[in-house]
Amino acid sequence: MGQDDPGRVATVCAAGRRGALTRYRQRVDNAFWFLPANAFVMSSTAAPPPPICEPVVKIRGLHFSRGSRPIFDGVDMDILPGKITAIMGPSGTGKTTLLKLIGGQLTPRQGTVEVFGRCVHQLRRGALYALRRRMGMLFQSGALLTDMTVFDNVAFPLREHTRLSEALIRHLVLLKLNAVGLRNARDLMPAQLSGGMARRVALARAIVLDPDIVLYDEPFTGQDPISMGILVQLIRSLNTVLGVSGVVVSHDVAETLSIADYAYVIAAGKVIAAGSPAELAASDDPWTRQFLDGRADGPAPFHYPGAALLGDLRAAGSGP
Amino acid sequence: MKALLNASAALGRSTLQGLSRLGRMALFAWRLLAVLPVASLRVNELIRQVYSVGVLSVVIVVVSGLFVGMVLGLQGYHTLVDFGAEDSLGVMVALSLVRELGPVVSALLFAGRAGSALTAEIGLMKTTEQLSGMEMMAVDPMARVIGPRFLAGCVSMPLLAACFSVLGVYGGYLVGVLLLGVDDGSFWSQMQAKVGFTEDILSGVIKSVVFGIAVTGIAVFEGYDAVPTSAGVGRATTRTVVNGSLAVLGLDFILTALMFGD
Repeated sequence: MGQDDPGRVATVCAAGRRGALTRYRQRVDNAFWFLPANAFVMSSTAAPPPPICEPVVKIRGLHFSRGSRPIFDGVDMDILPGKITAIMGPSGTGKTTLLKLIGGQLTPRQGTVEVFGRCVHQLRRGALYALRRRMGMLFQSGALLTDMTVFDNVAFPLREHTRLSEALIRHLVLLKLNAVGLRNARDLMPAQLSGGMARRVALARAIVLDPDIVLYDEPFTGQDPISMGILVQLIRSLNTVLGVSGVVVSHDVAETLSIADYAYVIAAGKVIAAGSPAELAASDDPWTRQFLDGRADGPAPFHYPGAALLGDLRAAGSGP
Repeated sequence: MKALLNASAALGRSTLQGLSRLGRMALFAWRLLAVLPVASLRVNELIRQVYSVGVLSVVIVVVSGLFVGMVLGLQGYHTLVDFGAEDSLGVMVALSLVRELGPVVSALLFAGRAGSALTAEIGLMKTTEQLSGMEMMAVDPMARVIGPRFLAGCVSMPLLAACFSVLGVYGGYLVGVLLLGVDDGSFWSQMQAKVGFTEDILSGVIKSVVFGIAVTGIAVFEGYDAVPTSAGVGRATTRTVVNGSLAVLGLDFILTALMFGD
């Protein structure tokens, strides 16, 4: 919460931007103490807004399957504003699928996904696109447009969605690139970037429209320790400085738990554990323990489900 | 019994796959039509695509046109000279090119040169999540990527067919007049008298417009519908060339029957 004055900004949920706004208003009010209260507030908004505790993403009873293989089997989840929520789980449990469901690129078989209070998969294309402009997504592959320079990639959302002058776009893009430390790499093509640099450019592009929520798909996977550290720091400072809500999908337990305010562990289509990192670390559920400690032995099967080995060998022996 | 069941299951599966592909095709065509007005406003992107789809195909079209025209001149001369009708060589070359060979051969070349490139490019953009990324940035890939490429193909194709015909006529002139000694004046004047604007040239232009829509439409659909793996993009590229060429030849028969059938 507010570092300078924790008492005045007491609402738990109004972190980040709204908190900064409240602090600013109060500072203005203090400077003009001789004026009546709320002199600077438009009459229509005279009542101070209630602290927003509504989750930015609200998932209820989510069922989803690919072909005949069920991916989600009744998942409930809340992503709170101004927090970093981690979604962890073994590979293949549909973590990326979950982000695509939140982004409205896939439609659930059953259940609802609400983002900013609106049911994503019932929106028409125009409304969905308007909603997506408030979201940023960091793809695992970066998904940079390969026929453009780094600069043009970051400028792409601005040029598509705004009518800003080129000079202003240049300022904004350079500031975002500066934030990820790649201002001087602006003239490179995506093919010339290392994996870590590509992901940082993609991060700059994901935040260039100042989204309210950023979805990070496996941000740490395949990164060397240095770029992993940089990404951890970037994601954390985006959250603390700008108050951007974050959803981090990952199976890098240590890094993810170090920045998350709340974490969900999903496996076999269900949420098997949820809580703050401290609560998870104290959990004694065998599934959670096996995942968090990376044990080979535990309730998670080593073998892909199917026929037993002996039966398979016999079938092969008697085969043609 | 088991084999029979398997065979009928396979038949059912492939029918269902074919039907769902047909459905995706129809949806794709519908959405493409819907975004065309928006896509046509993206002038810069359109110019870039006309360059990569059209201008870069000019060389192969021009060279092929020249050689096809030269062969026509050679073959036509030896046929016509037996009847003493070699003065009509210009008419023969021009009519063959403008009505048939110009639109058809340039469309076949277009499918091989530009269609395959379009499919591979769009398929790779899909494989590397660029299309998905655009969707998440609230940019419609249909309007940003597919639409301008489709329009560029539709614009380029008639122009390429025109280049092909012009160079073909010139090739026929080179061989017939300069090499084999057909009379210069009758070569051009008979051509001028016998080649009509609406019935010959316009029908050729209509054909090339239809071929352009068909080939480019197939190319962008195959790219958009490609299985996002390297093998999938390869198969999609092959399908573009095969289906595109077959569509050109089939449509050519239908259009010719409609235009010159009576």
